[in-house]
Amino acid sequence: MVIRWLLKCKGARWSLLSSFLICAASIIVLVLTAQPAYTLPPLQKVSAVPAFARKYGLPCSACHTAWPELNYFGLAFRDRGFQLGNDRDSPIWQNPSYWPVTARMTPNWHWEQTTHQLTNTVTAAPGTTINQNGFDLSGMDLWLIGTLYKNISFSLLPTTDPTATWHFENAYVRFDNLAGSEWLNLKFGHFELDNIISEKRFLFLSNNGGLYQNYHFIPLGDSNNFGIGDNQSGVELQGHSANSYTRYTFAVLSSTEGGVNLTNSVTAPFVTAPAVTTNTGRTFDYWLSFTQGFQTPLGLQRIEPFFYWGQRPTIFNQTVGTPPVPIASTGTGNKPFYRVGVQSDLFLGKFELLPFFQHSEDNAYLANSLPANTPLTAGMQNAIWNGGFLEAHYYWNPQLVFLGRYELVRMQQQGDPSNAGTTGNINAYSVGFRWYPIMFSRAGLAWHTEYSITKSIGIVPLSLDGSNLLPATNTTPVWSSSVFAGFDFAF
Amino acid sequence: MKSRLLWLSFFSASLVLFLATATPCSAQIDHNMVSVTKTMTSNVEGRTGRAYDDGQLRPDVGVQLYRRYCVGCHGPLGNGEGENAMWFDPSLGFPKPRDFTAALFECRSTPTGTLPTDDDLFNAITRGFVTTNMPSWRALTVLERADLIAMVKSFSPRWEHEKAGTPITVPSEPTLNIDSILHGRELFDHMQCWKCHGFEGRGDGPSASTLTNDKGQPIPPYDFAVGTRFKCGSTNHDLYTIFMTGLDGTPMPSFADQIKPEEAWDLVHFLRTLQVSLQTPELTLFEQWEKAHPGQLKPMGQAPGTAP
Repeated sequence: MVIRWLLKCKGARWSLLSSFLICAASIIVLVLTAQPAYTLPPLQKVSAVPAFARKYGLPCSACHTAWPELNYFGLAFRDRGFQLGNDRDSPIWQNPSYWPVTARMTPNWHWEQTTHQLTNTVTAAPGTTINQNGFDLSGMDLWLIGTLYKNISFSLLPTTDPTATWHFENAYVRFDNLAGSEWLNLKFGHFELDNIISEKRFLFLSNNGGLYQNYHFIPLGDSNNFGIGDNQSGVELQGHSANSYTRYTFAVLSSTEGGVNLTNSVTAPFVTAPAVTTNTGRTFDYWLSFTQGFQTPLGLQRIEPFFYWGQRPTIFNQTVGTPPVPIASTGTGNKPFYRVGVQSDLFLGKFELLPFFQHSEDNAYLANSLPANTPLTAGMQNAIWNGGFLEAHYYWNPQLVFLGRYELVRMQQQGDPSNAGTTGNINAYSVGFRWYPIMFSRAGLAWHTEYSITKSIGIVPLSLDGSNLLPATNTTPVWSSSVFAGFDFAF
Repeated sequence: MKSRLLWLSFFSASLVLFLATATPCSAQIDHNMVSVTKTMTSNVEGRTGRAYDDGQLRPDVGVQLYRRYCVGCHGPLGNGEGENAMWFDPSLGFPKPRDFTAALFECRSTPTGTLPTDDDLFNAITRGFVTTNMPSWRALTVLERADLIAMVKSFSPRWEHEKAGTPITVPSEPTLNIDSILHGRELFDHMQCWKCHGFEGRGDGPSASTLTNDKGQPIPPYDFAVGTRFKCGSTNHDLYTIFMTGLDGTPMPSFADQIKPEEAWDLVHFLRTLQVSLQTPELTLFEQWEKAHPGQLKPMGQAPGTAP
């Protein structure tokens, strides 16, 4: 009732200022409680694109439920090759000074706590609790995206970590509406898999909440480093209906996990297995997904089954010398893995629900990091696990969204017989809100606050918080939590 | 655990404080949108769209959708003066956003001067307007588009007092033949369409540079040679409707009182020959005839009283 009453108060211009004051007060409180900060992993997200808003004059909210997450109009715009189809999409129609670029970064304050950590002074169970906090920076996106010509689109996304070390998050050219059909669009380069629940565009930023556990989880001892949340290199054939309610995607991808120079040069920060090799094979992975939307009185409901099948090498050619250096793209002894699941985007009025389920299996050789020319020992078998999450957004209005997510990973079958049955199981919880004090067609600003906590059994938390060492036993539950507050801006 | 509870308490407290102070920002939605009629509804494909609270599960859905998608161009008053309107330069071919308060719409199935039907507005939102910044909103659900139509109608008092016009009757399209095309060409010449659209339909007629809309803003005639679709559709049926109803608010009049329905179809067939970038069946037929009858085509603008 109080909130309803407050909502009714009119002409409350002071409230914008007071909101900033509250945010500032929050920061001051955080400062007063701050302790020395430690180096933390970078956040790597892609952005909303004010460049498009500037080009077409639409507010952020036209394409985003809350930026950077795309709504179904935004998804249709992306499916059309970032074109509105108004015969003015080609850059020749733009003012010569127009540059389709956007920059996004999130100065923030965050606090991390990780239990059961081993350090140089605490080397035995149960370990110690590590606390870290301080002001920090996210990584930065500098994203160029748009059309090269009518029906030829592109994306180039150089991204840095907070220390300004660059890599290409994505880079591709897309040929749209081939043969005049929206069912034939060809993308070539390095890009995100076509998940309707995009991790690159989601609304969580903290260390523990800022990733889908299921998109990156690998069982303990597994040499595979694939995650469906990782951008991949290859070619994608995509098609869609005029309203993008019906879509398909088929992609052929190098088995390099998105690495360049034919290596796994993407360091896969979320892998908790033993050291990741930089060698790769010459095989290809395959992605297939299908999306169908249904109109209901409460909004559009979409569902997307997906399937990914790939291989990773287990035998590596290396140079002569000490130490031997793997030779890129010469791996053999390829062993398969797959991910299959279903994801949905459901609307119940102002509620958006994002359920996700995935069943995963890695070959026994991958699961045990064993060369294919070595016999399996007793108990070694394929690693099988299931996972899922339910994410909920409540859009109070286009400028205020409340967030929550509950996520699970459960091992069904351990590949490595030395693992306990529960090793690798994860529970993750996140809540937060994003407030966009401004919402127009030139730039974006959001005040982001989030709390996340995960329980990972016997493994390093995927956030890499803490000492980044395995806990004392493979049944130790490691709790890792984050508090995050920051200004997320894009121009 | 104690530390975690402390942080949770802090988080909760800051959230409550934030809600208590920041939410009036959300009230911009209600406070700034100025609708004339808050009870406006629309009916499209058996669905009832509402601009404001329906007392059900979808409160204020039309106004919320308008805030999300439309306000940047059409503005909170619906008068076409959103924050982006200043960047649209009609002299460069980018018309200003539609002023909903005038309830004057170009694309209608109804006679000139009348209000469009809900279906007309639905088709316009669904289709978008070529060569403008108004995109196709086909990705929105039918109900959402119906809600937006109700919101569009809520900005003008005309909808309270007037009913939408009765859609014109469009007779079946006769079979395409060269006689129809040649007669359509004569009509194009006789009715002086070329004065605005040019002899080749490139929008470069002698009057083209002088044309303005009802707001006094420059408005270029349609260029048949490069356009992939018309402002109000892409089919022959749409083209027929365009010049039999006129585009209200623009210099394009209704020709309903000047030509008969069968003549209108002849004109449609000729106008299709001007779409050289599409190589339409009409153009193919016309080119074949021209090849077989060299020099027989009379130049336009020569008839008495039609000289440029």
